[in-house]
Amino acid sequence: MLTQRISRLSLAASGVALALYSAPANADDIGDMRQEMQAMQRQYQAALTKLQHDYEAKLQSMEKRLDAAEKKATAATQKADDAQKAAAAAQTASEASTQTAAAAPAPAAAPEATPASTNAQSSANAFNPAIGAVLDGKGMVSTHNPNTWRLPGFALGNEAGPPPRGVSIGESEINLQANVDQALFANLTIAFENDNSVNIEEAFIQPTALPWDFTAKIGRFFSGIGYLNEQHAHTWDFADAPLPYQAFLNGQYGDDGIQLRWLAPTNMFVELGGEAMRGASFPANSVQESLSSNHNAGLGAWSAFLHIGDDINDSSSYSAGISYLGTRSSNRATNPVGGPPGSDQFTGVDNTFIADAVYKWAPNGNFAQSYVKLQGEAFLRKESGAFTALNFASAPGVPTTRSFDAGLQSGFYAQAVYQFIPFWRVGVRYDQVHAPSLGAAFAGTTIDSRDLTPRRYSAMIDYSTSEFGRFRVQYNYDEARPNPDNQVIFQYTVSLGAHGAHQY
Amino acid sequence: MKRMILTLASFGFALFASAQAHAAFNVFACEPEWGALTKVVGGNDVDVYTATTALQDPHQIQARPALISRLRNADLLFCTGAELEIGWLPVLLRQASNGKVQPGQPGYFEATSVINLLEKPTRLDRAEGDIHPAGNPHIQTDPRNMRMVAAALAKRLATLDPSHAAGYQQREQAFDQALGAAMTKMQAQAAPLKGVAFVSYHKAWIYLANWLGMSEVANIEPKPGVPPGSAYIAELLDKIPSLKAKMIVYAAYEDPKPSQFVADKSHLPAVMLPFTVGGDDASKDIIGFYQDTVNRLLAALGGKSG
Repeated sequence: MLTQRISRLSLAASGVALALYSAPANADDIGDMRQEMQAMQRQYQAALTKLQHDYEAKLQSMEKRLDAAEKKATAATQKADDAQKAAAAAQTASEASTQTAAAAPAPAAAPEATPASTNAQSSANAFNPAIGAVLDGKGMVSTHNPNTWRLPGFALGNEAGPPPRGVSIGESEINLQANVDQALFANLTIAFENDNSVNIEEAFIQPTALPWDFTAKIGRFFSGIGYLNEQHAHTWDFADAPLPYQAFLNGQYGDDGIQLRWLAPTNMFVELGGEAMRGASFPANSVQESLSSNHNAGLGAWSAFLHIGDDINDSSSYSAGISYLGTRSSNRATNPVGGPPGSDQFTGVDNTFIADAVYKWAPNGNFAQSYVKLQGEAFLRKESGAFTALNFASAPGVPTTRSFDAGLQSGFYAQAVYQFIPFWRVGVRYDQVHAPSLGAAFAGTTIDSRDLTPRRYSAMIDYSTSEFGRFRVQYNYDEARPNPDNQVIFQYTVSLGAHGAHQY
Repeated sequence: MKRMILTLASFGFALFASAQAHAAFNVFACEPEWGALTKVVGGNDVDVYTATTALQDPHQIQARPALISRLRNADLLFCTGAELEIGWLPVLLRQASNGKVQPGQPGYFEATSVINLLEKPTRLDRAEGDIHPAGNPHIQTDPRNMRMVAAALAKRLATLDPSHAAGYQQREQAFDQALGAAMTKMQAQAAPLKGVAFVSYHKAWIYLANWLGMSEVANIEPKPGVPPGSAYIAELLDKIPSLKAKMIVYAAYEDPKPSQFVADKSHLPAVMLPFTVGGDDASKDIIGFYQDTVNRLLAALGGKSG
């Protein structure tokens, strides 16, 4: 294997040459050096290509001999294998020099084998995390003013309601993720809101080697309850959250805390999980209380969930789950319609239960051509405590507090999405929520439902330019208010950089 | 409440007990060719789960719950690599909480790690379509690659499961000989294919073309993963006569319509190739898959439409 040895030698020699060349680095002649390096790089590449051709020819002749001599077959394959590996090593080395010369344009897509580097600058960046950005713009026209939108019977968080009228850039998101070391993984998602405010959407660490098949998240994350909750909004099949998500979870529930999951060692997917959280986001609001009270130990929200799922056959699969979220609130301020912002206040406990189911079907399981996705979630909530407002019909304008037990509030959505040809999909959705009437005592307040059932009918069509770009038009016939609202939402979603993988 | 906890605990225990029943060495194979290869090399010493079928586009697989639980129980993950599975495998790896099969561990094996990949893109830009920075990952269409992967797989299995090392080695050698003999026969049969140019739907056939001395001269997709528009098809139809292509090639999992259309308009035969084990009835095993590929190409060259 003389050629092999020679090529290894020449590789080593050029490596040393490159290293020597970059040693007397001096700010003035970096430009010259780069040029020369690039020239050298080209020569090197040419030599390498020739080398590869030689290898290929050699491989082919070896294969022929191999076939002729059956007895020596195994030994010969071994040599071919080694030769191939050497060629691969040469390739990696060439990549290393390409990257250094071209100042590594895509650090996110780090190759498996970390190439030996000859340049201090590139080695400083070699361990950059995977970086991705998502731009999620929206435009809306509607017959009613979005500011008058409400769900009778529900005190709503600040994220509930239709998107603003006109074109808005929505939420722009930057995501960084990487292994921290042999034991930890970390993820940071920063969202830049339409109004130029910045929001840490997710910031968590995840031990990668916990015993007994546990996984954990520590930090800020979207809760594992339900189906949609854990997925980032730009991956949803409709431009807005279903009504029960808006009413019960303010769009999506994320908080600071600890999550523990356990995956059962079965062929069927069975996962149990639970979370303990600070209670800093709607429907929880117990951070102030934990600072002032002795009995609140800083636990403002807690959850438990069970997810199962499996293949039904080659073409179809499902997932299903049940979840529970308990939250505590102390003076949780929300905005009444037609009153001073924050003048509604709630102190008490919410116990929310969610059941979810998803079914996917594609001919032969080939999702590239066409597929159907059916999805639904049902919510039940017990809310009790004390409600303070200025607009009690019995005492208008006077801050009044009354205790209540809201009975069983409910809501659900059901939707179907169909990809009819590659990159084109249509979808329909129905959603509603309901809160029992609280009677005359709460007349005039936000949480008086008058026994109404706000509901909505939606249809959407979307077109993807690739896996990374999508345009969508959605129509909502929204009966949340007494006069139905027609809403048309345009949405574009693009992702740049690191290739995000898609959850089920 | 107490009763609920008891029920849950007994449920958990039942799950645990059922898991103890599977003691064999579990392999999670991403694509059918690797599943088939593992069955040949692993024999009765391994349990193989294949995540996808030959009729599914390997670029676009859903991270299904069943895949997470199967990966959770795997001792070896065996995939193509080179970012073919980048849209779904990372989710599985993160959710499966199985330290044995994470990248860098002995239980993580990419077939492309032992192959010198071709068609490495010179420009890394998503404007070029769905490109793979490490090179073209569709290595399984060349049996010479299959032999190298088989040898590496046998070594890996022997390392991870030393008590059955002799069996892995033995079966790999037997397979290598059988495939070598079949290759000699197929290469003789395929002699008329030498120098034949073809147009393919997706840029996925460089390794097959290399093996049989054919040339892939154009693609129906304007860029990898991008479906063709009518303007591009018209342009391609104008170009085909000068390319001297003899046939239009597409994979079993691809929609035949665009390929059939181009074939009809250019008066060339369209030939469906299995692309992997299980792509059609004749591709029941690895050797059958190669033999069927050669047969179909020869039939197309002889003027019969596949």
